[in-house]
Amino acid sequence: MGNDVNIGYLTLSAILFGVGAIGLLVRRNALVMLMCIELMLNAVNLTFVTFGSMLNDITGQVVVFFVLVVAAAEVVVGLGIIVAVARRRPGATADDLRVLRG
Amino acid sequence: MLAFVAPSIDYHAFAPELIVVAILAILVLVDCFTSDYDKSSQSSVAGFGLLLALIPVVTLAMDGTVRGMFGSPESGYAYVVDTYSLILKALFLVSGYVVVLLSQTYIAEGDYWEGEYYQLLLASILGMMVMASARDLVSIFVALELLSIPAYMLAAWRKRDLKSDEAGIKYYLMGVFASAVMLYGMSLIYGITGSTLLTEVAANLRQFPAGQVPPIVVLAVVFVLVGFGFKVSAVPFHTWAPDTYEGAPTPVTAFLAVASKAAGFVALMTLVFVAFPGNTSTIEPLMFALSAATMTVGNLIALRQTNIVRLLAYSGVAQAGYMLAPLAVYGVSGTVGLQAIIAYLLIYAAMNLGAFAVVITAARKTRSGEISSFGGLIQYAPSLAVLMCLFLFSLAGIPPLGGWFAKFAVFRALVGAETGWGYALAVLVGINSVIALFYYARVAKTMVMDPAPDGDLSPVRVPFSLRAALVITAMVTVAVGVLPGLVGHFTDSVTIGAALGS
Repeated sequence: MGNDVNIGYLTLSAILFGVGAIGLLVRRNALVMLMCIELMLNAVNLTFVTFGSMLNDITGQVVVFFVLVVAAAEVVVGLGIIVAVARRRPGATADDLRVLRG
Repeated sequence: MLAFVAPSIDYHAFAPELIVVAILAILVLVDCFTSDYDKSSQSSVAGFGLLLALIPVVTLAMDGTVRGMFGSPESGYAYVVDTYSLILKALFLVSGYVVVLLSQTYIAEGDYWEGEYYQLLLASILGMMVMASARDLVSIFVALELLSIPAYMLAAWRKRDLKSDEAGIKYYLMGVFASAVMLYGMSLIYGITGSTLLTEVAANLRQFPAGQVPPIVVLAVVFVLVGFGFKVSAVPFHTWAPDTYEGAPTPVTAFLAVASKAAGFVALMTLVFVAFPGNTSTIEPLMFALSAATMTVGNLIALRQTNIVRLLAYSGVAQAGYMLAPLAVYGVSGTVGLQAIIAYLLIYAAMNLGAFAVVITAARKTRSGEISSFGGLIQYAPSLAVLMCLFLFSLAGIPPLGGWFAKFAVFRALVGAETGWGYALAVLVGINSVIALFYYARVAKTMVMDPAPDGDLSPVRVPFSLRAALVITAMVTVAVGVLPGLVGHFTDSVTIGAALGS
């Protein structure tokens, strides 16, 4: 595989990470924010795999399994909390979460 | 083809973690076989387990040898048990025990899921213990998630309560965002250095001569450290802290404010001292800015708080600023700075848990978190009022209470570095301590001078577990202040890095 391909993958993952980060900061729907977090974590996975193949080292690909498992656990907890909020007030967005301020 | 060689496992070194895992399993089993209406066994088993796990920590400390696993003497180890990790494991276990004491009546009498509460608490403490020993990017990441994910759930633990749900979701979104940023930084570091082992990362990062560090290295280091900036609630990443602290059940708040913050600092210290010892030109200005902003903003916003938990949240933000300060001169001060942060963490844990213990105890009568509800406390609960003054003035750093030694250690590291940055930060810490004294003293004034809000002078009933928590934290706070050698005795022997051959 040529180096250009790897640079392409790294650029793609940087773009994906940026899209996820901006989405998280801009969007106000909790579910969409969760999707943006997934996008960021998968961008990280792509970076790890690309570096692993560039360095011809297995570690980069092993790390991806850890990230996948942890991301799954995180989403389960996140969805649980979102469901708990949605039960109290359906259609809640991040802007409605303003009981606590100061 | 390479044959698979099983790594040798030193069970003595793993004993504290294994005990916590075993107790976790026992908790789940006990939960299955006890009635839904009486879960009191859960807190007893959890508290007993945490104390039990302290035994191997003590035997390992008396043994004194540095134990490394999953690695080789040449490359360094991914999991290390040394004085640094042992003293922090002891901190996590003891503060976890105090949190169990604080939770016992609070969780049993409120509308909470009681069985799972202690399981999640222990899982989070396990993550912190792993964090203290982790010397590899992957294990630091896994430890961070193991300590954070249960904490997200605990923050939202109050049933059918919008405030608690909001606390949970804010903490969750900020926390996950921070760990994603940190992870991206880690992936870049792996790409640059070709290793996730911290000692190898440090060796490979040294090849860049000072002044010619590529921007990508700077970006990677900043991303990783900023990820932990969220965990320790450093300004500008502190916005979740006051909301989460106010909305979460108060014992959970105490846990987040002390143990979780300490774990963030542990990761920061491990990374800075083991993985990035040569990147002073990147880290020192970053830490200077974070530390200065954190203590100033935290203290200024704390001045206008009317809720005691929010006040303690902002005071905690400011205290994090003092703790970050030695990292701004870590290239010069080295181990002295490390010891200062650890001493600060130990003392901060005692005095902050104590302050939360008083808040929880007083709220049993007043059912309020407003500072005004503390009026007249000296009349109907004189000992509580005196203890609260003790903890608050210790947080302010007034001798002879523990807090002064913590501040003294930070000053010693800052001034001892003899750099302009160090002196500037020392002056800032001094100014901020004066500002902080103002709002701590205001709470004390309310307790002593103001009348009880509704004229109700009936005494507060203090259950045994809360009394034990108050006694433990007060004793540590006072003992450390009167005999600072107590903490110095432990922290002065702490080194990191040297034992790892770097």
